[in-house]
This record gives sequence, C-alpha cells and structure tokens, in this order.
Amino acid sequence: MNANLRPVRTAAEQSLIDMLDARLAAPPLGSARLNDLRQEARAAFADNGLPTRRVEDWHYTDLRAALRGVSPLAGDAAEPAAPSAFVEALRVTLVNGRPQTLPSDLPPGLTLLSLADAIAADHPLLELIASDGPAQYDAALALNTGFLGEGIILHVAAGAQIPQAVEIAQLFSGAEPGCIFTRILVVVEDGAALRLIERFEGPAERAYLDNAVIELRLGDGARVDHVRVQAEGEAATHLGTLATTLGRETHYDLFVLTLGAALSRLTVYGRFAGHDSHMGVRGASLLAGARHADVTLFVDHAVARCESRELFKTVLADRARGVFQGKIIVRPDAQKTDGRMMSQALLLSDDAEMDNKPELEIFADDVQCGHGATAGALDDTTLFYLMSRGLPEKEAEMLLIQAFAGEAVEFVADAEMREAITARLTAWLALRAG
Amino acid sequence: MSAVQETVAQVRAIDVDQYKYGFVTDIESEKAPKGLSEDTVRYISAKKGEPEWMLAWRLDAYRRWLGLQEPTWARVSYPQIDFQDYYYFAQPKRAPQSVDEIDPEILKTYEKLGIPLRERDALLGIEGASGSRVAVDAVFDSVSVATTFKAELAKAGVIFCSISEALREHPDLVRQYLGSVVPASDNFYATLNAAVFSDGSFVYVPKGVRCPMELSTYFRINERNTGQFERTLIIADEGAYVSYLEGCTAPQRDENQLHAAVVELVALKDAEIKYSTVQNWYPGDKDGKGGIYNFVTKRGDCRGDNSKISWTQVETGSAITWKYPSCILRGDNSRGEFYSIAISNGHQQVDSGTKMVHLGKNTSSRIISKGISAGRSNNTYRGLVSAHRKATGARNFTNCDSLLIGDTCGAHTVPYMEAKNASAVFEHEATTSKISDDQLFYCLQRGLSQEEAVALIVNGFVRDVLQQLPMEFAVEAQKLIAVSLEGSVG
Amino acid sequence: MLEIKNLHARIGDKEIIKGLDLTIPAGEVHAIMGPNGSGKSTLSYVLSGKPGYEVTQGSVTFLGEDLLALSADQRAAAGIFLAFQYPVEVPGVANMTFLRSALNAQRRTRGEEEISTPDFLRLVKEKAPLLGISQEMLRRGVNVGFSGGEKKRNEILQMALLEPKLCVLDEADSGLDIDALKVVADGVNGLRAADRAFLVITHYQRLLDYIVPDVVHVFAAGRIVRTGGKELALELEETGYAAYSQDAA
Repeated sequence: MNANLRPVRTAAEQSLIDMLDARLAAPPLGSARLNDLRQEARAAFADNGLPTRRVEDWHYTDLRAALRGVSPLAGDAAEPAAPSAFVEALRVTLVNGRPQTLPSDLPPGLTLLSLADAIAADHPLLELIASDGPAQYDAALALNTGFLGEGIILHVAAGAQIPQAVEIAQLFSGAEPGCIFTRILVVVEDGAALRLIERFEGPAERAYLDNAVIELRLGDGARVDHVRVQAEGEAATHLGTLATTLGRETHYDLFVLTLGAALSRLTVYGRFAGHDSHMGVRGASLLAGARHADVTLFVDHAVARCESRELFKTVLADRARGVFQGKIIVRPDAQKTDGRMMSQALLLSDDAEMDNKPELEIFADDVQCGHGATAGALDDTTLFYLMSRGLPEKEAEMLLIQAFAGEAVEFVADAEMREAITARLTAWLALRAG
Repeated sequence: MSAVQETVAQVRAIDVDQYKYGFVTDIESEKAPKGLSEDTVRYISAKKGEPEWMLAWRLDAYRRWLGLQEPTWARVSYPQIDFQDYYYFAQPKRAPQSVDEIDPEILKTYEKLGIPLRERDALLGIEGASGSRVAVDAVFDSVSVATTFKAELAKAGVIFCSISEALREHPDLVRQYLGSVVPASDNFYATLNAAVFSDGSFVYVPKGVRCPMELSTYFRINERNTGQFERTLIIADEGAYVSYLEGCTAPQRDENQLHAAVVELVALKDAEIKYSTVQNWYPGDKDGKGGIYNFVTKRGDCRGDNSKISWTQVETGSAITWKYPSCILRGDNSRGEFYSIAISNGHQQVDSGTKMVHLGKNTSSRIISKGISAGRSNNTYRGLVSAHRKATGARNFTNCDSLLIGDTCGAHTVPYMEAKNASAVFEHEATTSKISDDQLFYCLQRGLSQEEAVALIVNGFVRDVLQQLPMEFAVEAQKLIAVSLEGSVG
Repeated sequence: MLEIKNLHARIGDKEIIKGLDLTIPAGEVHAIMGPNGSGKSTLSYVLSGKPGYEVTQGSVTFLGEDLLALSADQRAAAGIFLAFQYPVEVPGVANMTFLRSALNAQRRTRGEEEISTPDFLRLVKEKAPLLGISQEMLRRGVNVGFSGGEKKRNEILQMALLEPKLCVLDEADSGLDIDALKVVADGVNGLRAADRAFLVITHYQRLLDYIVPDVVHVFAAGRIVRTGGKELALELEETGYAAYSQDAA
C-alpha cells in the first residue's frame, strides 16, 4: 500500500475548502502577510484535512468522523439577552463572532479594538497574530487562520495594572445553524497585569460550530489570571485553541471550566520563552448526557528555570466521555525545569468513559518532572463515612464531587473568580441532582 | 553495606571495555537464498518438514505482510530496512541429534556465554547457589541446537522442546494454540515472523503441574546479515505453573541485524506463567554503527479465571528496541504484571512498554517501569491500560520512573489510559529525575568512586524490578546494568 | 436503648457474626472485648449500616425502632455514632464545612431547624479547644494530614457536636500514646449522660482504665461468650483470650 495515499475528502472537508476559497476571494483581506497566512492555512488544510484518531494529538477525538456536515458562516444576528455577570467586569460581547459595541471609558493602559478595524487600518499589532504557533499541523488552528477576519485585539501597556477584570463573551445567536471563526489577540506588555475571563455560550438546541483561537503574549514580568468558561448546548461543536507565550519572570494562571457541548475540544499551547516563569494550567470538566470533551495540553519548556503546574479534574455522568491529553516537553537547554501534571477523573456512571494520556518528553537531565492520572468512582468508604455522620447519600455525593473539583478551583488566586466558578459547579451539581 | 560491596565487586569482575558477547563463531552453515519470497517461505517449511497446514498458514501470513506498512508511531528512527537483503534461514550444517553431536564450536560458544548445554555441566554449574536447576533450549541463528533436561521434564508431563520438534511430535497442540494470542495478521513484524519463523521454544505444562525447574531459552544470532525470527509458545493448562527465562546475545558486527520474534503465552484457569527476559543483543558501537534491530511482539492471554501472567524484562541491548509485552486479562480475577528495566546508552533507541487489556471482571494489573537514559540515547515508555465496559472492578497501578544521566539523552513517557466503566480504578504515576548531586556526593564522601556511586544508585533505582527476577538472572542483570552504563558519567 | 437479638451477619459468603444477643440500656457503658479477627469491628459496621455487611438473621431495635431498616445517614440522625478505628480522609472538604453539613443534615432529617452560622461557630469554638483541635485543623480537609491522635480527637469532636444517643467506639485507643489516650477518654467521659449509652470495642484492657465500663462482654467467634462487671476486663488482661478462642474452635 502506498503510504501517501490520502483518503477521499469528506463532505465537511470539501465544504470547508469551498468556504475558505470564498473567504480568500472576499475583501477586506488586509496586509500581504495576513493573506499569506490564510493561503498557507488553506493549503495545509487541503493537504491534511480533518484529523482522525490516527493523528496522535487527536487520538480520542475523531473529528473527521464527528463532523458530518458544515453549515455556512453565521451571519449577523440580534444580540441575545446578555448572560448574567460572571464577576464584575468590563465586558466585550461577540455575537456570531462579531464584536458588539465596545466599552468606552477604559482604564489607562488598556486598548480594545475589533480585529476587522485593525485589519482595515493595518494595525502594527497584527504582526503578532500567528507569529508563534505550534510547529505541527493543527486542523482547528489552520481553519481559524484560513478564515481570519473577525475578533478582538486587547492590549495592556507596559506597567499598567488593570483594576477591573475584562470579560470576553462569545455568544451564538440565530435560528439556523452556522459556523463561527474568531481570533482574539491579547498582548500584555512588560510588567503589566490583567484578569481575563472568556465565556462561550449558546442556545441549547442549535447545531452550530464555534472555532475560537486566543493568542496571549506576556511580556517580561507580566501577570495574567485567565478563566475560561465553556458552557454550550448539547448540539453545538466547539473547537478552541489557546496559545500563550510567556516572557521572563512572568506569572500566568489559567483555569478552564468545561461544561461542554456535543463535542468540544480545547488545545492549549503554553510556551516558556523566558527564564524564571510560572504557568498554571488547571481546570474542571463536568459532563453529562452524551457530551464529549477533550482537553489537550502542550507545555513547552523551551528555556531553563521555569515551573509549570497542570491539574485537571473530570466528572463524568451518564454516557459522557472525557479526554485528557497532556504533554510536558523539556527542551535540551531547559535545565532546572520543574513540571507537574495530574489528571483525575470521577466516573459517576458505568456508561461514562475517560481517556487519559499524560506524556513527558524530556531532553534535559537536571529537571524534576512528574505526572499522574487516576480514574475511578466515588470511594465507597468515604461515602459511608459521610453518611455515618448523617449526610443523605445524594448530599454526601455532591459534597464529594464538589470537593473533588474544588481541589483544582482553589488555585484560582482571585477570590471573586473562585467563587463564581464554584457557583457554576454547584449549579451544575444541583441541576443533576434534580 | 554488603550489597554495595557485592555490586562493586561484580562491576570490577567483568571486562567493561566492550560488549563481552561480541565474538563470532566460525562454523559452516546452510542458508536459504538471500531475500524474501514465497519460495523462501516454502524452503523454510520444507527444511523443517512441516505439515501442509503450517505451510498454508505461513503463505497466508506472507501474502498479508506484502500489504502491510512498517509502523512509524514509535519514537525510533532508522534507515529504511531492505527486507530483501537478509537471509531468512541459517542453520549449522551438521544437524545434531543429541547434545553429544552438537558442533563443538557451538558448544564452546554457549560455554563462553555461560550457558552449559550438557546436563552434567549444568548440574555442576548452576546448582548450588539457589539449589535450583534450569533446563535450557539454545537457539543458534535459526534453529534450536539443544534442549536439556528433557527426560526429567517429561516425567512431570512437561513438554519443553523446539517449536519445530513440537510441530512434528505434538502437531495438535501447536495447531490449537499457535496464533491464538498473536494472530498471523497482528502487525507488520508479527506477520513477517509468522511467514518465516525458523524456530523457537515450545512449552506445555499439563493440568495441575508445577513445572519442577526453571525453563530457559538462549538466543544467539551468529551469521552475518541474518534475520532471526523465533517464535515461542507457552501454554499453562489449568492450575499449572511455569517460570521461563530468555536470554539473548549477538556478535559485534557493523551491519544491523534484524530480530523479529513473537512470543505467545496462554494461561488457562488458575494457571500462572512467569516470563523473564534479559535482552543483551549487541547495541552498536559508540558511534551508533551496527547493532540489532529488535522488533518483538510478546503477548500473554490470561484466558481462564484466576490466571496470572507476569513479564519481567531487563533490556540493555539492541540498537533499536520496539517491544510491548502485554496481557489480555480475559478471565475473571486474572492478573497481569509487567516489570521492566530499560537502559539505553550510546545511540540506542528504546520504545518499550506494555498493554494491559482488562476484559474480565475483577481483573488487576501492575506496571513498574524503570527507564535509564545515558549517552545520546532515547528511551521511551509507551503503555496502554484499558478497562472495557464489562470489566467491572478492574484495577491498575502503574509507576514509571525515568532517570537521565547526562544532558544529551532523552527520556519520554507516553501512557494511554482508557477507563470505560465506573468501577475501574486506575492509578498512574510517573517521574523523571536525574541522579541527585546530593546522593552522589554522599556516596563519594563515604569513599565510593563516581562509577561505583552511579552503579549503586542505579541499582537502588531499579531494585523493585530486579527483585522480580529469579536469583541467577538477577545477579546477571545487575552486572549488565553496571556494564551498560560504563562511561556514562563524565 | 439498644436491643440486639440473635444477630447473624456476613460479608460476601463469610459469616462473621453468628447469633449475637446484646442489650444496652440508656446511661450505661458497655465494653466488648475479644481477640483480633473475632468480628468486633464487623459489629460496629453492622450497627452503623455500612454497605456490604449483610444481616441474614435476627433483629436490632434502637429506641423502639427497627434499626436495620434505616440507611446509614438515617441511623446517624436517629442517634448512632461510630468513632472509626481508622477515620477516613476526605480531601477537599474542609473539616468545618463537613461538621456543619453533617449537623444540619441530621437536624433536617429529624425535622429540626438548621443551626445558624454564628451559633455553630460558637459551638465549635467552645468544644474544639477541649480536645486540642486548632483553628488550622478545622480549616484543613477532613482528617487530611492529621496524625493518628489528631484523627481520633477529631472523631470525638464530631461526637461532641452531633450529640448522639449511642456512641460506638471502635478501638478508640489504637495508635495512641498515653497522653493522647487521656485526652480522648476525657472527651468521652465528658459526654456520659443518663440518656446516652456507649459501646466501647477494644482488644486491650488499657482503654478501660480511662473509660470505665458498667458491663464487659467477651466476644469470640461471632457471639458473646461471657458477660461480667468491669473486673472481667482485668481478668482477661491476665489470662488472655486463648480459652475463648479454643471454645470457638
């Protein structure tokens, strides 16, 4: 057999290529660089298509088989009722990928602009888009780059400590299914600090596809506390990519709360580009029904003396399926790296499934790295202990599940954000308990 | 401190400058024409006087193989193998009928390797230390040259012979079990093996019998450009127990030699099989030239309830190791174990691990893997643990630790864990570290040399696995570890 | 208060309790002594309703109610408290949260009003220092990182807050040095009351120097083989259990 034989394109792949071609012909396209990026992405997608489980990074999420068809790009729609505030924050809302009225009276040092405006004005920050992506082909990222046009650029000037949290809410609206491709660029200059919240929400019954990429650049000494909440409907497909590059002596903490969609995938690329930095990537996935959620991390220790901590908790009910893949890469010169990764899953049903693949890839000897993974049901002995103290079974279960997920939440430094996440956890549990 | 002194003494006692088993034995041999075709397959089958069904099985495998691709997912890289540039069958010209008729050159070879084939010598040589005896089947290039203690084993009802002989003497048993664990179409190398396997060992332990001695096979590749494709089949019938040891060496040659073996284990109800390997194929020279390509498929089937299969391996040799001894835990309450030490130095590439597939109820598995990388080598642990829907109460514990010596090597861990029911409990932990400066300094301060200290610390690191080996092998393995790491500390 | 009649219980296929009769009136302290492996702990689990322990015969009546018909949490609300031999660690659930949740759950089950947060805090503040439980221990996960003695003291604190009717202490002295033992015993003795009974399960007489029983039972091979006053414990200390083990065989 011929190793280069490509399988026939699926209907979804063909529609996406046709849509890409239409996009590439539709101005405004912006600078030659942006156009080259789109062309390259289109060519890469045409060559490689959607990933199957033979593609190692997508081993447990066969996107090619899952994407049966693709709806056209979602058009303008009325702004749906705003979801309740997560925490007190400056809010930017994108409906079907398009930014609505941006907040005015921003604190000094903070700049917000729509990607479309930035492209029209050939803004210099556009140079940073897709300038530090992963080396390997990533279908979700390539598609997003191919459709590049809508999104937000957020800039924090050197030394600015933004007092309010900034929330970027991405919502789907409309009666028909549709596709959304959005790109967010967040640049936090040297010594600046930002609290960032991303939210993804949409109507329960609509079968839309939502492909969102966020790129973060942290200058030397910057600090970002980032919370990402993804809670979409049971018919939606969510493809998320989060790429963060850390400068020297930075502090980046990400917390990902995944309540999922029919299928959701988040790929996190975290790269240390400067010494003595800290990155925490943690999260909780709570999945019920037939939801499938895949969280895949790449933590790249490219330089010495950095510390990373990854902790993910997955709670699976009904027929839900959770996937965690995490890879800590320690490059040859990244001595004194300290990396720890842990994925723990709680299966509440015999029909649930958890697939764990924590990897270490290490090329430097003076390092401390470890990973762990567990999967199992609630511990009978602990449950009995709680019941013997008078807690009814349901309540005892809820308490234990909350404690299980809470072990990851407690690393969120900001008390308000921590409470908001806990409230979402509690609401999910309460809904399930009926 | 006696353990320390013992280790140090052992390290000193052996010639550390080179691969000790790298000599070539000069004997006349008979080979199949170079290359691979249906004719080669027919030649091998005819040479061995096999029944018609066996030839048909081989030809079917060969045809399937033509349609398969070499796997590329492992973290190993090597130039394209020209499968037509190998000899697929070589046997010493004088076919021996008994130990007394074996070519004296071959006997000398095994003596150099420390494997006495004459039973009398075996008694003198091995008995004593632990009071145990070891029955040996020696495979030289493609054929089995001698099996010792056969008569005594026969008394217990244990069949231990070459697989060629088993095909003649016990065709029904072979036909029933061959390919039942690793099907002829399993993977690229296993399929190649099914087409051209030349010899190997066969063990059958009947119901309720505890095999009275350790069984052992010693594999030796001698001929230039020869592929070795042995096939081992071990069956432990209900309530039986057997412990089996395997050792491997090859001469030092500049070309890469190919080794693609298949090992199948079948444990029926209440049976237990313990399979230990010390793999010390030639790893290539300091520049990465030569060495064995070791592409091996090993799998055990815990077919009956309460059965147990345990793999223990010490991997120090080969230029490339691609090997995942696995357990299919089919029977209820069955248990699989995998204990591994994989050491890579020089330019060696190791991609090894295990698969524990939980199918039955209340099955348990345990994986302890210790990888040590030095020089410019890369050492990958790759493992799968899965519990199927109906495998309620499945338990797994995995621990894989890597130790890096020097900053030009790589250590990688790629575990896959698939839990498909709530009552399965999986625990996995992995760490990567280097020999700590504090530990090293502590040893040096107490008077140990740098190399002694490293050997000592490494032996401590792998102790959990060494303890799983039968006594004779453990001592041998300990020596090997020290030699393999020779020159790794600057 | 507690009346056990001809109780037979098993785990899986193995019968552990084989015809046990025991009556404990309110206000009394009963000790059950017996050799290791005789099934003493099984009795504590059967009384508290641990899943997997199956009662095949007999009855257990507690305050006139059929105890065996209740789930573990209902039994707790009814007033049964088990001080575990090996208290379980519950990571992620703060000790304080746990105590309040348990107390309120019991109150709800009994149809009582939940305790207010200030009242609860006052209650804990009053009881915890008596048992040497620090604020820091109250903030930590239940029993997580506690020493053996701290775990046992935490059990007694729970007992003090939940105010059960029948306290079952399973090897309350195991792993305790003499000072820790005194703290635990003082805690228990402080709770002795006319409307409360105790069942103290122990292998050694030592504990009974500090928690003095009214009645001592010898338990062997699944049932009570002898009953006497507190002097029986001292006798056992001298003669050991050998005689009873032989009886059983």
